[in-house]
Amino acid sequence: MEKYTFKDFKSDQEVRWCPGCGDHAVLAAMQRAMPRVSELSGCSKEKFVVVSGIGCSSRLPYYMNTYGFHSIHGRATAISTGIKVANPELAVWQACGDGDALAIGGNHFIHAVRRNVDINIILFNNQIYGLTKGQYSPTSKFGAITKTSPYGTVEHPFNPGSLVLGAKGTFFARGLDTELKLNEEIMVAAASHAGTSVMEMLTNCVIFNDGAHSCISSRETKADRTIVLRHGEKMIFGRNRDKGLILDGMGLRVVTIGEKGITEDDILTHDAHCENAGIHMMLADMKYPDFPVALGVIRDVEDVTYDCGVKLQVEQVRDKSKIKCVDDLLRSGSVWEV
Amino acid sequence: MRHKVIDAKDVVIRFAGDSGDGMQLTGSLFADMSAVYGNELSTFPDYPAEIRAPHGTVSGVSGFQVHIGSNHVTTPGDFCDLLVAMNPAALKANAKWLKRTAMVLIDEDTFDEEGLARAGFTGDPIAELHIEDREIIVAPITQLTRESLKDSGLDAKTIAKCKNMFVLGMACFIYSRPMEYIYDYLQKKFGRKHPEFVAPNKKVLNDGYNYASNIQAIPNTYNVQPANLKKGLYRNITGNQAIAWGLLAASEKSGLPLFCGSYPITPATAILEELAIHKNLGAKTVQAEDEIAGICTAIGASFAGNLAVTTTSGPGLSLKSEALGLAVMTELPLVVVDVQRAGPSTGIPTKTEQTDLNQALYGRNGECPMVVMAAHSPANCFDTAFNAAKIALEHMTPVLLLSEGFLGNGSEPWHIPSMADYPEIKPPFAKAGDGRYYPFVRDEKTKVRKWALPGQKGMEHRVGGLEKNDFGVLSSDPQNHAKMVRERAEKIARVADSIPELTVEGAREGELLVIGWGGTYGHIMSAVDEVRSKGAEVGFAHFDYIMPLPSNTKEVLSKYRKILVCELNSGHFAAYLRSEFPEFRYMQFNKVQGQPFLVQELVDAISEAL
Repeated sequence: MEKYTFKDFKSDQEVRWCPGCGDHAVLAAMQRAMPRVSELSGCSKEKFVVVSGIGCSSRLPYYMNTYGFHSIHGRATAISTGIKVANPELAVWQACGDGDALAIGGNHFIHAVRRNVDINIILFNNQIYGLTKGQYSPTSKFGAITKTSPYGTVEHPFNPGSLVLGAKGTFFARGLDTELKLNEEIMVAAASHAGTSVMEMLTNCVIFNDGAHSCISSRETKADRTIVLRHGEKMIFGRNRDKGLILDGMGLRVVTIGEKGITEDDILTHDAHCENAGIHMMLADMKYPDFPVALGVIRDVEDVTYDCGVKLQVEQVRDKSKIKCVDDLLRSGSVWEV
Repeated sequence: MRHKVIDAKDVVIRFAGDSGDGMQLTGSLFADMSAVYGNELSTFPDYPAEIRAPHGTVSGVSGFQVHIGSNHVTTPGDFCDLLVAMNPAALKANAKWLKRTAMVLIDEDTFDEEGLARAGFTGDPIAELHIEDREIIVAPITQLTRESLKDSGLDAKTIAKCKNMFVLGMACFIYSRPMEYIYDYLQKKFGRKHPEFVAPNKKVLNDGYNYASNIQAIPNTYNVQPANLKKGLYRNITGNQAIAWGLLAASEKSGLPLFCGSYPITPATAILEELAIHKNLGAKTVQAEDEIAGICTAIGASFAGNLAVTTTSGPGLSLKSEALGLAVMTELPLVVVDVQRAGPSTGIPTKTEQTDLNQALYGRNGECPMVVMAAHSPANCFDTAFNAAKIALEHMTPVLLLSEGFLGNGSEPWHIPSMADYPEIKPPFAKAGDGRYYPFVRDEKTKVRKWALPGQKGMEHRVGGLEKNDFGVLSSDPQNHAKMVRERAEKIARVADSIPELTVEGAREGELLVIGWGGTYGHIMSAVDEVRSKGAEVGFAHFDYIMPLPSNTKEVLSKYRKILVCELNSGHFAAYLRSEFPEFRYMQFNKVQGQPFLVQELVDAISEAL
């Protein structure tokens, strides 16, 4: 099989995102991850399809030198589902924004997750409508002041992670635009997961919501305010790697190793493959300042995929049926001769 | 007393009862057995939207009309020769459909005080409905059924459900029907899983037949001789089933797997249900989370190289509008089936209309032309669906196929075709060696683009809702946009080169041309025949292709002094013809009642137009 480099996945189209936009970094991670994904999955470049909806991030398919479909607002997930069911051999990747996937496309999003269609959804979360120039989105913080909420929003945001886990999602990961390597790692993990893989990418909109994630993304504070989860590793974080998470009653608690008799052994070990989503839900829900924001693969469990189920059923029914062609069908059941 | 057997050319029977009385089944069985007997026929189920409306009320009446004949039967018939009324409400709801000479068979046991009150009668129902001059056969059907099955071991509730078999037996006697077909049906339906139901049903059917032959209330019985049908194998088929099968046929002839993304909606659901059965022919069905996902999964499947279909009815089509535009813009093949119902909004979901034509032609943003076709009879739905798929795949365009509740639920016998007689379907696939692939470079003659499927090496490209140039590069250049708009329209216009010319039945020129489209074909045909039999110079042109119109349309229209457009809406097709060919004057005959035309009202309208 052909070996690719990131250049093979770069299209000849001029990238038209604003300078400094977080989307550039996610695109770069994707172009870097794809050669590895191709190698691991045995899927050649022409089998990659990149689908998107509408919004800034949905321009992404033009920048990938693969088959691409830039569809309509909110519907990317339904289009991806159709592509994957029609031809399960294709590797389907989807780029969508927080408004696109969680507002106008919320229905398709939760149903794709529920069905566990084998598609990879990169959810660019900048907590704002960028392409329409700055209205609040379903992930904007409560009270966010935007063009359509000049006095602050009076509605609670969605946390994409809880939405995915609530819909019995089998894969959820979170990345951050500044973390190129981690994002690449997440995409490779998503590709090897059979089922709907949702990768939330916290991205910065420099024009309409600059600094939305800065409290966790700045160089000085990142280590203390985020935790990178890896399956089988202790949930330890902090500049000095001395903070950790433990289970305390029904919830999680941040502790300091070496204080109050806490040792590394007391710290939780991340189990992304655990069937029970309880702890995954708590991890996905962690918010600064009470907790570090969880990054990395939070949940990755196996289950049957929808596209595979459809394919298998067709094969099973076909094998058993006496009707092998349309002529057989037309003559089946109640017919009579004149 | 010996009954007199009268030969009848055709008869219309209407079975009516509570929506749980099994009238749809009784009517279908009567239709099927008549078809096997060799009659021509047409059926029309007329049922309420409620699954089980309040017992005994007029709103809960479910009816099934079947028209059988020994020569050309094209409609389910305006008025009936026999009305079977299982309760007072059924009589009340259907008395208006009685011919002057009609027989009415009623179940006496339901005409008690309570039953009459539920139906809103205050005195004698026969007098109240002014049907004293009809032949009223009053029979204690509930009691007789109970009596018939008292030793069957069945419980009272199950016995009560067998009433419909008793009346079916009676109807078989009145119309001299051999009952072997029903015996076979019972055996097939219950034989394996519930053999205990076979004998009781048969018994009650026979008892009904014998009862009818013993009582003296039935003066005459009728015989409808088999029609002189073309030799061959036949089956009954509903419009919805025929659409599903026509699509499967197109899948076979194109070699592309069939993909149907749909959301349940009356009266189109049966197409999705039918396709869901036929995984044996490779059909993949996705019951989507909503109408929009239905069409969007189909568009995705089309991009990936399947024969993609979505099925719906009026309100669902409204929801799909934006995605239809996407299919037009990306120039992907797609079949969209709209089984029309009475609107607007939720309207009257179980009733038939042709009120979605404007939506089909114009209901999208931007300059957004697509092929629009219509089926004209239940069996014709097969060919129409096949042709819709063929045009979609060969011309790289969405095709909107308009059916109607009347066609979808209605049925008729169908001379089973052989797939060898259907053409191959050849989509314009891009091939390796064609040179560099550009998604919107077109064939000069047809304006059709080439289709490259994901998985084909070296043909990676992007499609989408944004305007592009020939090479697939985004463009907001004014001249390019104008050109692309023109070319997309021209591509649809040139489909006219691949469709049959408009044909005329009756007078080829002269005084009046009657025009119709869609499911009104049978009614208009019958009406035109009747008017012509009196010597009038009338031609009849029925449109199966609406966008684009057949290439000889103008020529046909120019041959008559007057044009009368008949449709079940307020004049959508007439307005469309007016905008296409303003040089002619169009008269209209319209009906928007959620009901098909009556032949008689068309006869009157045509006579008046002359």
